[in-house]
Amino acid sequence: MRAEDILLRTPAGICCKIGGFHIDPTRAVDKAVITHGHSDHARAGHGAVLATHETLDLMRLRYGENFAGSVQTIRYGETITLGGARVTFHPAGHVFGSAQVAVEANGLRVVASGDYKNIADPTCTAFELVQCDVFITEATFGLPVFRHGNPEAEIAKLLHSVRLFPDRAHLVGAYPLGKAQRVIAMLRQARYDQPIYMHGAMEKITRYYACRGIDLGRVELARDAKKAELAGRITLCPPSTLKDLWSRRFPDPVTCFASGWMRVRARARQHLVELPLVISDHADWSGLTATITATGASDIWVTHGQEEALVHWSTSQGLQARPLDIVGYGDEDETDGAIENRGEA
Amino acid sequence: MNRFAELLDRLAYEPGRNNKLRLMTDYFRSTADPERGFALAALTGALGFQHAKPSVIRALISERVDPILFELSYDYVGDLSETVALLWEPRPEPGGSAQLCNSTSSGAQETAAGEDSPKPSELLLSSVITALSSLGKTQLPGQLARWLDQLDETGRWALLKLVTGGLRIGVSARLAKTAVAAVGDKDPQEVELIWPGLRPPYVELFSWLESRSAKPASRDPAPFRPPMLAHALEDGDLIGLDPKEFIGEWKWDGIRVQAVAGRSKDGRLIARLYSRSGEDISASFPDLIDALRLPGAIDGELLIMRARRVQSFNVLQQRLDRKTVTPALLREFPAHLRAYDLLVDGEADVRERPFVERRARLEQFIARLHEPRVDLSPLVAFVMWDDLVAARQNPAAAGAGADADAVEGIMLKRRDAPYVPGRPRGPWWKWKRDPFIIDAVLMYAQRGHGKRSSYYSDYTFGVWTKGEEGDALVPVGKAFFGFTDEELVRIDRFVRRNTVGRFGPVREVVHEPDQGLVLEVAFEGLQRSTRHKSGVAMRFPRISRLRWDKRPAEADRLETLARMLEKIESARAAPSAANERDRILS
Repeated sequence: MRAEDILLRTPAGICCKIGGFHIDPTRAVDKAVITHGHSDHARAGHGAVLATHETLDLMRLRYGENFAGSVQTIRYGETITLGGARVTFHPAGHVFGSAQVAVEANGLRVVASGDYKNIADPTCTAFELVQCDVFITEATFGLPVFRHGNPEAEIAKLLHSVRLFPDRAHLVGAYPLGKAQRVIAMLRQARYDQPIYMHGAMEKITRYYACRGIDLGRVELARDAKKAELAGRITLCPPSTLKDLWSRRFPDPVTCFASGWMRVRARARQHLVELPLVISDHADWSGLTATITATGASDIWVTHGQEEALVHWSTSQGLQARPLDIVGYGDEDETDGAIENRGEA
Repeated sequence: MNRFAELLDRLAYEPGRNNKLRLMTDYFRSTADPERGFALAALTGALGFQHAKPSVIRALISERVDPILFELSYDYVGDLSETVALLWEPRPEPGGSAQLCNSTSSGAQETAAGEDSPKPSELLLSSVITALSSLGKTQLPGQLARWLDQLDETGRWALLKLVTGGLRIGVSARLAKTAVAAVGDKDPQEVELIWPGLRPPYVELFSWLESRSAKPASRDPAPFRPPMLAHALEDGDLIGLDPKEFIGEWKWDGIRVQAVAGRSKDGRLIARLYSRSGEDISASFPDLIDALRLPGAIDGELLIMRARRVQSFNVLQQRLDRKTVTPALLREFPAHLRAYDLLVDGEADVRERPFVERRARLEQFIARLHEPRVDLSPLVAFVMWDDLVAARQNPAAAGAGADADAVEGIMLKRRDAPYVPGRPRGPWWKWKRDPFIIDAVLMYAQRGHGKRSSYYSDYTFGVWTKGEEGDALVPVGKAFFGFTDEELVRIDRFVRRNTVGRFGPVREVVHEPDQGLVLEVAFEGLQRSTRHKSGVAMRFPRISRLRWDKRPAEADRLETLARMLEKIESARAAPSAANERDRILS
């Protein structure tokens, strides 16, 4: 049996024929296995959906109760047999509830990792390395210029700026699912105990994180606060609102943006960002290459982002590698989250 | 070096002029001599060392990074210094603690390295600059690599910007001088006046600004004076204006310059040529400097003149592109100054005088100078606005004659207006010619540089022509602006999804009669060209609209451009006829 007999690329995304399901399909299918709740991976309208409890909750929050015909919950480490394939979920460390999907048949194991990062995040279970024969990896930051560095240092930079400009609001653009809550949780870890404000678009998800036991402290809606109250405070908002009319309610705001893209100056300048914060929910170049090596896989399929460089690197390491060219994932490469509900970084 | 790197980094992110000034002023206030003086020299472009060629930097990085990964990274980042700064992996110092083995977390690696290894003694900007001025060519790469190993990412970026001589952080020399003047609450003009007598690291300048010593003495005999700028004339503006109060001039398609000459204390005549922003560009135009033999300050246009005919901007561009001035360059591209205003007449500052008086003085000044390289920009005669509309549409027939190619519009100046620095609304108007417009098809796209480095923002477009096998598209030009940020995102996505071929960094985009993207392209002029396959070259092309609604088959044909060209050329032939008529009438 070849790996292509277990998983193959179709117009709807990665398909497991023998198991009768798709992984993160980009259009409606009968049976979908979903790695995580971001909208480019978790779409509405599938017949049946298999995902973690958190991912299903997040889909429900976004699309409403009837986002799929039927749903099935799976835990990390749990294995389910679908048709001729055994499917196991492992933590991906990307956002709350995110998973890698291991598909096995005839002693061959293919891991579709979805989006992942291999560094600590107080809002989700740590990435688990899964040995496999074929590793399907993302490549959002698949260029050696992307080294995210230490996220705690970026949080310290933000707090330093807040102390330096007590009369200015700090407006932090962050993707509403995952990044925003992670930034809040990291601020709390850094002992920042002032109330943190947020844009209405991230309220539901943030409240969900909090009620699931993630310590976010006092988080309030910016729209309920008076202008003067927001000075010297941190407010999180979807990146697209940084330059919106919405941002005019803030006193002399310092524009910040929490994203892996902020590593490249031109990118930060494009968004008129004054304080770039390199905080990413994707593995950086070192993370991608270290993970590929550690999985022991000899065949690497690269899905979305900077495929070319990662394929080249894998080949130079004596591995087989190819790009999968799936249209529809990771539109953030083009928009940097300018369209808030698609793509994330 | 760290503080300087931090300053550059913050300046690079800061879009606002006032905030840039504040950042620089704060830096000058809080940094000691000589570091701040060398920083000022770097910001004003006053450093004398030989800049490292990009090839040196490329060679260094090629020793450490796979060439394909480097090219892909450079293509993405769009800036050599930044690419190398991001890619550079410091080698452990000999004898120092070895790099930690690969942990899966890059974040953990950096923290650990930062805490464990002894902190390298701080590299000073002054020592970098001192070393650069004395270093031999062969020693440079090795020294650069050692410095890069010592610095963090921001430090590496700043160092590379410095040694390659391209800071490009949106700070002009003038802005840096304004910031330094603010240290002592002085008028930037005061700094400008003493500047030519000062040398890095400007210790006496800072000493004066901090009221610790007297003002440095050297008074510049040929200083720059901030220019007066015009507002663009919009639809309807003319209605409220009285033609009798204005004088018309051609707006030349060259470079606005200020040519200043004055006597120094010892009686020598000092002449300088300044760009519009106050950069001293004398060194690039020795031919013009020699011609400035009378004390005074002329506001005018720098042009290239061959056989008494003004050449197009393309020709001027070729001279501007050359870094070194050779005798051949001076011969092939003779610089010319076309004067339209006089700020200083002899020793007298006449900026407060009305324009008509300055114009009369200018005419006498040019006559006295009697220099073929410096002539008077002719006035455009008109009685009613309609006359001016006609002149703008056909400059060749309205007196510009053979120089009409170099006319990009008309200037309107109030007769009674003094010369006011800045862009006051009312006294001066510029009225550009209408651009030409065609519909073309996007054929190739390339990523931009700088701010647009991750977007496909440079477009090659073509029009239809008869090929060997029926109609085919032939490229007629390239454009990289004219669209909004939102449009850029859409074109970028279109390019990524419709790539049919790749040639290095260039993507070939689908361009079939029924598939592809039609771009409305506006341009200022058209010329015959042997360098282009299409035989024509556009001047100043830009995307004026995206025609998502049009099929590529509906785009224009090369014949349309040929007709435009014929029209331009026949209009150029007309002036002799017009002159004939004038003679008959008088």
